[in-house]
Amino acid sequence: MSDSPVDPDDVRHVAGLARVDLADDEVDEFTEQFADILEYFEALDEVPEVDSEPELVNVMRSDAVHEGLTQEEALQNAPETEDGFFKGPSVS
Amino acid sequence: MSDPHNAFITELEADDDATGDGPLAGKTIAIKDNISTKDVRTTCGSSMLADYVPPYNATVVDRVFEAGAQLVGKTNMDEFGMGGTTETSAFGATENPVETDHAPGGSSGGSAAAVAAGEADLALGTDTGGSVRNPAAFCGVVGLKPTYGLVSRYGIVAYANSLEQVGPLAPTVEEAALLLDVIAGSDPHDATTNDGGDDSNYAEAADGDVEGVTIGVITDLIEGANDEVVAAFEDSLDELRAQGAEITDVSLDSLEHAVQAYYVIAMSEASSNLARFDGVRYGPDVDAEGNWNDEFAAVREEGFGPEVKRRILLGTYALSAGYHDKYYKKAQDARAWVKQDFDEAFESVDVLASPTMPVTPPALGESLDDPLQLYLMDANTVPVNLANLPAISVPAGEVDGLPVGLQLIGPKFDEKAIIRAASAAEQ
Repeated sequence: MSDSPVDPDDVRHVAGLARVDLADDEVDEFTEQFADILEYFEALDEVPEVDSEPELVNVMRSDAVHEGLTQEEALQNAPETEDGFFKGPSVS
Repeated sequence: MSDPHNAFITELEADDDATGDGPLAGKTIAIKDNISTKDVRTTCGSSMLADYVPPYNATVVDRVFEAGAQLVGKTNMDEFGMGGTTETSAFGATENPVETDHAPGGSSGGSAAAVAAGEADLALGTDTGGSVRNPAAFCGVVGLKPTYGLVSRYGIVAYANSLEQVGPLAPTVEEAALLLDVIAGSDPHDATTNDGGDDSNYAEAADGDVEGVTIGVITDLIEGANDEVVAAFEDSLDELRAQGAEITDVSLDSLEHAVQAYYVIAMSEASSNLARFDGVRYGPDVDAEGNWNDEFAAVREEGFGPEVKRRILLGTYALSAGYHDKYYKKAQDARAWVKQDFDEAFESVDVLASPTMPVTPPALGESLDDPLQLYLMDANTVPVNLANLPAISVPAGEVDGLPVGLQLIGPKFDEKAIIRAASAAEQ
């Protein structure tokens, strides 16, 4: 493993996956900080495998119709709407 | 109404005609700005939601209104709850009312400051890794993080679902317990709620009676703490001992890995939760060129501050192919280990104790440049969230005029044990 686990291209790649544009100075800053933070996370390697039985139960409810938001309420915070729909950017 | 400490993002006119007759009648309440309030904007301390107005109330909001409380404002917070000083807010930092050039802690810093300054009788915060207990300790008030599942999260803007709970802040243990009674209990809108809090009477447990109670001091959480903080902590233990409590030492080996595990899990969950902020259903209207993905990325660049971007990116990294087993899976193992350690400790003690924060409140602006240092400040609070346990922070004196908090941790759904012990510790 190299001294620094992170280079600027890694940061750009992850930012792309997360759909967050970054300015060049943000890339530089994050590269440096992520190296420190990920080095700190390395200590998790020492954690033994732990057998655990999560206390999980199924929570069921009847599939009944309830009152929900009105169309107007659901749309009230959207920057753009059209004919009662959310309007997003073009897909291609 | 004036807001000298910038505790509020949105202030409301108190309604003098309010006529509620429930247990909170006549009380004013401040509510953290990541808890949905119908027709009152709810920003999460972020530019992303600067104009967001929820069309419905969170369950806890309905419950405090039904109990007669009057909302006086929505409180400042670290952006989306990500921070421990309330300095990552897009609406400016909050001052600590005790020493105004210091941070109030966070992320529920506005809620703690509002109570400490007397601008609200009570407040609600959320606690994902200490965000109620940390500012309670730093502002010299009481803050309680309930057992996971005791309080509904319906209407809370999610940051890390598996860790977070809504919790009360108040000047005294009894008032915090009373507010917990109001908000606790099962909710059909949140399938993770449990009936442990139905028909509760936590306020009754604030009777100050610790005769015969065994309190285990978590030595692992003393080692990293500032000496003067430890001295104040030990004074409060002496106080409890004088009232008949038995104090013993306990060590939990897993805690060495708690901060790493917490941040990997919280960031991973955040990276998924915050994917919803794409500028379509809510969010800023950015005039970006390009396709769907280009526009999302531009909205998210503009809407999120640096700490939020940092956590989304690190969480995305920890969950990405090739790293999932190394980080996320290991963090889950560490979480299970922490839970086991706590379960074992509670076989021999009734409650566990540590200083809430290992340090006194940092000066404003002091800690923003080094994220890792800020994460380490959470060492004493995050283990509780990993183990889903209840914990309370109660004032335990001061160091150079700055408040110190005593943290008491209880077994699952034994809020009464920590409320009882905390009421004995409060002076």
